[in-house]
Formats: sequence, structure tokens, C-alpha cells
Amino acid sequence: MSDEQDHKLEAKSDYVADASSVSSPDIDAVPAAELPDQELYHSHSWWTTYVFSQDAKYIGIQYALTAIGTGLLGLVLSWLMRIQLAFPGLGWLEPSSYYQFVTMHGMIMVVYLLTALFLGGFGNLLIPLMCGARDMAFPYVNMLSYWAFVVAVLVLLASFFVPGGPTGAGWTLYPPQAITAGTPGYNGGIILMLISLILFVAGFTMGGLNYIITVLQLRARGMTLMRMPLTIWGIFTATVLAMFAFPALLVGCLMMTLDSLLGTSFFMPAMVSLGEKLTHEGGSPILFQHLFWFFGHPEVYIVALPAFGIVSDLLSVHSRKTIFGYRMMVWAIVGIGALSFFVWAHHMYVSGMNPWFGFFFATTTLIIAVPTAIKVYNWILTLWRGNIQLSLPMLFSLGFIVTFLNGGLTGLFLGNVTVDVPLSDTYFVVAHFHMVMGIAPILVIFGAIYHWYPLITGRMMDETLGKIHFWITFLGSYAIYFPMHYQGFVGVPRRYFEIYDSPYIDTSTLLLNKFITIAVLIVGAAQLLFLYNLFASARLGKKSEKNPWKANSLEWQTPQMPPEHGNWGKELPKVYRWPYDFSVPGAKEDYIPQNQPPSEIIGAKVEKT
Amino acid sequence: MSKKKSIFQLLTEKPWETDQIEADNDHEGRTVNLTKQKLGLRTIMAASTVLFSLFIVAYSDRMLVSDWRNMPEPWLLWLNTGILIISSLVFHQTTKYAQKEIFDKTKNGLYFIGFLAYSFLIGQLIVWYQLMSTGYYATSNVANAFFYLFTTIHGLHIIGGIYFWGKTTSKFIKRSHKKEEINNLIDICAVYWHFLLVVWLVLFGLMLTS
Repeated sequence: MSDEQDHKLEAKSDYVADASSVSSPDIDAVPAAELPDQELYHSHSWWTTYVFSQDAKYIGIQYALTAIGTGLLGLVLSWLMRIQLAFPGLGWLEPSSYYQFVTMHGMIMVVYLLTALFLGGFGNLLIPLMCGARDMAFPYVNMLSYWAFVVAVLVLLASFFVPGGPTGAGWTLYPPQAITAGTPGYNGGIILMLISLILFVAGFTMGGLNYIITVLQLRARGMTLMRMPLTIWGIFTATVLAMFAFPALLVGCLMMTLDSLLGTSFFMPAMVSLGEKLTHEGGSPILFQHLFWFFGHPEVYIVALPAFGIVSDLLSVHSRKTIFGYRMMVWAIVGIGALSFFVWAHHMYVSGMNPWFGFFFATTTLIIAVPTAIKVYNWILTLWRGNIQLSLPMLFSLGFIVTFLNGGLTGLFLGNVTVDVPLSDTYFVVAHFHMVMGIAPILVIFGAIYHWYPLITGRMMDETLGKIHFWITFLGSYAIYFPMHYQGFVGVPRRYFEIYDSPYIDTSTLLLNKFITIAVLIVGAAQLLFLYNLFASARLGKKSEKNPWKANSLEWQTPQMPPEHGNWGKELPKVYRWPYDFSVPGAKEDYIPQNQPPSEIIGAKVEKT
Repeated sequence: MSKKKSIFQLLTEKPWETDQIEADNDHEGRTVNLTKQKLGLRTIMAASTVLFSLFIVAYSDRMLVSDWRNMPEPWLLWLNTGILIISSLVFHQTTKYAQKEIFDKTKNGLYFIGFLAYSFLIGQLIVWYQLMSTGYYATSNVANAFFYLFTTIHGLHIIGGIYFWGKTTSKFIKRSHKKEEINNLIDICAVYWHFLLVVWLVLFGLMLTS
């Protein structure tokens, strides 16, 4: 223990420090570090620096680029599907290709893009920087995690090139049809899909271990849990969810792999296929559905919680205002995380379950809407009388709030059994889940990329291109998904590969299908603008000053920007406050970074929230 | 870390209040007073527990279907269970020797544990061979399939344990790291060994009683 500890902070009012009673060095007193500094791995060659990197920042960028690359494939697949739906007469796609594209689009977007980008990408980039650590707890394991992800992606892509092509079972991969003749890719593609998922889970577990331990144990001095940025709370809680939810996917995948390869009967009932009795008997397909959705529903929040956290920080920084109800936001994140394990069967209302079972899950679904609504209110109250800067991150965050609210409201309809049963197999569901876990998180991702881009490259992304990108993406998404709600209401079924003029289908929906497809093509093409902006700005972008958004959180307070290996130079940062001290009365600047000592901001009066 | 706080106490802190600011400025940065390896192991054990619990749920659900035929438990499984119990006991003793810095006994203990772990795996393979030669294939009944699945997943966990046992033992023998670090690693391996014993007892008990 050092002598410094004897000097106690003497500020006893709402003032962070009372200038009259203490001399300035004393109020900065923090006991000397009791924990030894982290040992760092230093790379020796080009390979270990850029390819097999153990630096979390590089791994984060690697994760993000791999995920975005895979996501682009998912985007192209959606174009192909939409062209087929709008012009059924063209014979553009075979039925089997359509189902294969639906399946791959779904799985790629949910798992290989969103999960990998939020947790692997932003998690790796932001956790050590925002917590004030030099790197992740286990850098080597972190590197293995990324390469397991790469192999998982390669195995997934390989399924396009096996005989029979990728699986066309839908992203839920329900047995028995997923591994029975008649479904595209029933004997080759599905196996590669399952193996790829198993690899993904293995890789993610290694990464998740790092995120959890780093957040819990490697924070800077003074960084209590309740001083962490909400981004970290979101990513941390999502990681905990993933550690509990992914085993369910793993169990389902392993048992289905055995059913398919060895001919066991975990999920496969006795059935007759193509006139022949199969050797399976007694298996329970509904068991797979339970396992899948016990993973699948938390998965929604694995994607949503980091988005919630990031958007809270973006809104606070870009409206120069303290986040409204910080503690309530943290509780909502933790509460949603816990509740998310009790709602899974609302995806299975039409599977023939006991009505009381459905009633239970309808109730829990309504309950989980409460903390979610609290978050939406708090975001709006954060904006209330804020000094709102309509920068790109702010635009995307505002877009997120509206879109998430929209998708959340339709979720309330679908959460009720009686409303869900007629709507379940229509485009209403497609519109709902794309709004709530497609567009909403993607908008946050764009906002986050525009926000943290200077931290990675030291340059700003182009504002004009960004605004064009925002408006096309935002308005375009509504042009795509609003008509789908209507199509759902008039009963257009999803999963059909072509929809002709027929007595059962309203003619207006055929025109709408063409309209939606044109919107899809435009929105998709607008992403090329974003990609151009992303890569060109790294060379041509305006040089960014240090801390360009005047943010408080630690990632902007590194000695160099972009931060170099080890992040913090010689000495780790010390944290004196939470990251939301914006527009503090009496302070010289309208922001007080987390690591600014009290002696430098004497007279600033911090408000409660 | 001055005093232990419950998760509820942590979540109800008011970081803007003056008293809290003082206390928070002294915070050393760690949430719990454990090494990162120890906490990491606990995280992995939690995820593993979920994995095995879900297998057990699937087993219990599938058991109710009428095509379920119980599988005999070869006597060798009891022997393997015994090996696992002994290796756990030996590991417990070895951690004590390591604490007291008795080099030879610790070294012999570690070697013996490795020997027992390999014997367990070989024993399990012999059980597989016996069962298959008497016609209990994974495809003939789902109860058999569950048995093969459980033993495989548990065996893979053991193999993971052997990998870290190997690393720890070589560090111990080379004396390449500080004493506390190596003792920490030995402790962690021991906890993992006990964990896998408990998992096996639960799985074995489940298969015996059904």
C-alpha cells in the first residue's frame, strides 16, 4: 500500500470536488496499483502481426471484415430471391435453389454476420479499449476463436460446391425434412451446415470466454461495473447469453449429424420416404424445435443487446447529454437477458403444443416487452432537450429507434397465440423479424462504424456519401418491409417460391412484389456506396483529430490515435467517473472524459440522473 | 477488492453520489478476487454444465417413447468409474503437495494422474468394443446412441483436460514459471478433474437408473 491512500477525497457535496477545501493533487489520489500489469504478446513477423494476430484490435477488424464479406453474399442471395418473387414467369430460379438461398441467407445474416460482427468485431475492438485493458485476457485463445470462425465460414461456403448444393431446409433446419430425400442438400449440404455451426460454436466459446473474463477482471482502476459504458454492458450480457444458448444449438447439431450420418433416431420418427420405410423410429422432431429455439430466441437478444448498448452510447455522445436512467438501462439489459431464456416456445405456437404451454409463453413474451419498452423511453428521454447533432451516427441511431419500435410493436401481435396462428405462415412474420432483428441492428452497425471509424483508421468517413447511404437505406427498408405487413394481412404465404395471379392471392400483392424487389435492388446497391466509403476513406478520408466526437469513454483517450499495440503507452488509465458527463454545468468543455482527474475540472457540478 | 458484494448490491450502486465516487476511485478493476485462469475455468464449466444438462433433458424426453430399450452396463464401466474417482482423490492430494512445495511427490502425483486419465479413456474404448461386439450399435436403439454420445462428449472433455494437464506438468518439471503461477494451474486442473468426475457420476447414474 502506498502513502497516497491516506489522502482521502474530501469532496462532500454534489460537487465532484470542492476547490476551497483541498489542494488539487490530493483529490486525484488513487492508491498504487495492486495488480501487476498484463503481460503482452509482441509479434515478431508480418504473419503474426496481420494474419495470426493476437492483438484484439486486429482480431476485431478481421472478424468484422470476414463477417461483412459473408454478409454481402447473404445480400446477393436476397436479390436473387426477390427477383424470383417479383417475376415468377421468368423461370429465374429452380424451386430448390430458391429454398437453398432462403436458408443460406437466413443463417448467414443471423449467425455469420450479426453475431460475428457484434460480438467478434465490436467486442474485440471495444472491450479492451473501453474497459482500459491492454488486451484480452487470453490473446492466443482469442486468435484461435477468429480462425475457428474463418474455418466455419469456409465450410459453410463449401456447401455451395458439393453435389446437391447447400441445404434448403430453412434456417431453422427442422428435422425430419432437413435430412430426408426431397429437401435440397439433404445429404451433403446439411452435413456441412451442421459442421460449420459446430465449429462456429466452438470458436465463439473461445471468444466469449475472453469477453467475459476481460470485462470482469481486466478493467482499469476506478472502472466499477456501474461506470462501464452501456456498450460494454450490452456486449457482456449478450456474451453470457451466448455461452448459455449456443450449447443448445450444439446439442441439436450433434444429434442431427448422427441421425443423418449414422442413422440413429434422436429426432427422426418412423416414416415412409419415396415409398420406402426408413430405418429410423421413435425420434422426436419437436425435441429439435425446443433445442433450436432455446438457442434461437436468446440469439435474437445476442444480436439485440449489443445494438441496445451501442445505440445508447451513440445517442448520448451525439446529443451531448447524459444517458437517461443509466441504472435502469443496465437493469433492462440484464433483465432482458434473463427473460430471454423463458420465451423460446413463442416460435412454436403452430407446432401443436398444449394451449396452456402457449399461454405461458405468450405471457412471458409480453413481460419481456416491458424492459424493452423502458429502453425505448429512455432513449427518447435522452434526446429530450439534448443538443442533438445530426451526424451520421445520430441519424442511424434515430433510424434504429423508429425501426425497432415498429418491429417491436408487430412483435406484440405475434406474441399472442390467437393472433399468431393465422399470421404465422405469412409475410407479416417476415416483415416483423426483418424490421426488429434485421434492419434495426444493421442500422446500429452502420452508426457504430461511422462513429468508431476514426478510432480504427485515424480518418473520417465521407459525410455526404454517408448521408446518401443513410437515406436510401432507411427509407428503402420501409419501402421493402411496410408492404410486406400488408401482404401478410391479406394472407400471402411465406416460403412459396413463386406467387402467381390466382383466386387466393390478391392482385395488388403481385404489383407490390415488383415494387419491393425494385426497392431491394436499390437498397442493396446503396450498400456499395458504403463499401466504397469504408475502403476509400481509409486513404482519402479527412484526417481526424483526436477524439473527434468529444466522447468521454476510454477508447478515445489513448495516447495515440489510432491506439497502438498495448493501447495505453506506459501507464494504464485511471477512471474517476462514468462515461456520461456531458454538458456539465461549470465545466470548461461540454464533456469530461472518464480519466480526467477531479483537479482539472474544479467547479464542475455533476447532475444526478 | 475490499469486500465482497452481491450482484444486487453491485447493480444498485449510484455512481454519481459523492460517497460512491470516493469508493469507486479506489476500485482496483477486478470484479472478483480470482485469477483470470480460475474465473475462465468456471466460465467454461458453466457452459459445459449447460451442455450436459441439455443432453440430459434430451435423454429424459426421448426415454418416454415406447421404442426405448435399456442397455446393459458392462462391469468395466464400474472399474472406469473407480479409476476416475481415484484420479480425483490423487489430484486433491497432489495440490496439497504442490502447496507444500514437495517437488518429487507432486511430480509423481501428476504422472500418476496422467496415467489414470489415459487408462480411463482406454477403458471406455474397451467398453465400446465390448458393446459393439455383442450387437449394441448406435443404430440398433437410441438408448445405445445416447450412451455413445455421452461417453464421446465426456471423453472429449477428458482429452481437453489431458492437454492442459500436459502443459501444466511440463511447466512444473521445467520450473519455467513462478511457483504461484504453477500452483494456480495445478489447482485449476484439479477442479476440472473433480468437475468431470461429477459429470460422469451424473451421466452414469442416469444411465443406470433408466
